[in-house]
Amino acid sequence: MTAAVPAGSPGFVVELEKFSGPLDLLLHLIREDEVDITDLPIAKIADQFLSVIAELGLNQAADYLEMAARLLRIKAQMLLPRRLGDDEWEDPRAELVRRLLEYQQIRELVDWLGRAADVKAERFGRGYEAPPPDAPPAPLQIDLNDLLAAAERVIALIPEPMLHRVVPRPLDVEGATERIMKLLGERDQFGWLDIVGKNATIVDVLSAFIALLELAKRSSVTLSQLEPFGPMVIQRATPREAA
Amino acid sequence: MQPLAKLLEAALFAASRPLTLEELGSLDPTVAEAAVVSALTELRATYSEAHGVELEEIAEGWQFLTRREYAETIERAQFALRPRRLSPAALETLAIIAYRQPVGRVEVDEIRGVDSGAVMDKLLERGLIEVVTRSEGLGRPLLYGTTPSFLEILGLKDLEDLPRLEELSVALRRPTPVEEEE
Repeated sequence: MTAAVPAGSPGFVVELEKFSGPLDLLLHLIREDEVDITDLPIAKIADQFLSVIAELGLNQAADYLEMAARLLRIKAQMLLPRRLGDDEWEDPRAELVRRLLEYQQIRELVDWLGRAADVKAERFGRGYEAPPPDAPPAPLQIDLNDLLAAAERVIALIPEPMLHRVVPRPLDVEGATERIMKLLGERDQFGWLDIVGKNATIVDVLSAFIALLELAKRSSVTLSQLEPFGPMVIQRATPREAA
Repeated sequence: MQPLAKLLEAALFAASRPLTLEELGSLDPTVAEAAVVSALTELRATYSEAHGVELEEIAEGWQFLTRREYAETIERAQFALRPRRLSPAALETLAIIAYRQPVGRVEVDEIRGVDSGAVMDKLLERGLIEVVTRSEGLGRPLLYGTTPSFLEILGLKDLEDLPRLEELSVALRRPTPVEEEE
């Protein structure tokens, strides 16, 4: 068994990327020390583990921290006094040893699988695609009758075209203009509802609106609102403006 | 060479993946499975020498594969590319799933001692593992197993081709339930 290696010595330099997790790092330390995995010198291994993760600034790696805590607990449990020949005593290392052995077995399988994959990688199949999806569809085979029958089925599914009759509804701008001019003759000012009435159709509204804009453009009327969205006030334009 | 062997040869040549015995049998429904097997055996013997390709049993099927010795030359000429290597983390996860299937994510994490979620997602994406069932346990977590693609990338005939755990140098004593007080 080698003497405990002080932290920072060359024998202790490990790169964490090389390890796939805390179990891998533990196995590495055990192998370095050439100790018996089933009779783990837990105090020594725990110290080494801690100094490695401290050195590598692994304080963010939860998996490693959890293992560190576990090691320290086992170390503490090992220190508890126990009577000789105590059958009830259960080795606190047992669970960790079991996991380490299991993991070691997995690593051995990884080596085997890696070698198998390397060997297979040197053998090409026809038109290698990775990974194979579902079987490619068979090339299309069709004869003319099938095609025509299919076309008929498709055509049969097309619904009758929907036709709309579009009715022209001419705007009566002239009528609306006359109505406004008549109102201008009767009153000084009036509102929108005075032109179109209560139950105006869309055609009436549009006709009146266009007539109003037209009159305003010709400076026959002035349009004003006291406030945004307020009722519109329609007035005869002053004679000067009208001229 | 018997006509059936020729037919199988043509089908295997046309396919870009291993064909199962069942698929090969469907080519001629009048012949028995035993006849297909014997024709395949004949075909394999024909190709076993004096040819640049070999007929191999792989991924629960049969496939023509180039001989290993030509890999480098073919790859240098860029006629075919060697598939990318799997990462150690991916291989670790695959090993656990292959031997423990059907197995849940929690168990994989526990054996590896690290979170394996991202690795498993990648393996699922590549079609090397798949959800096979749900556990009866709490929360009924999904359980995973390996796919034929897994066998294919390793060049294995079936899961029996994997080494037996007893053959490994590290023999794992079967879980003696060790209660761990929390």
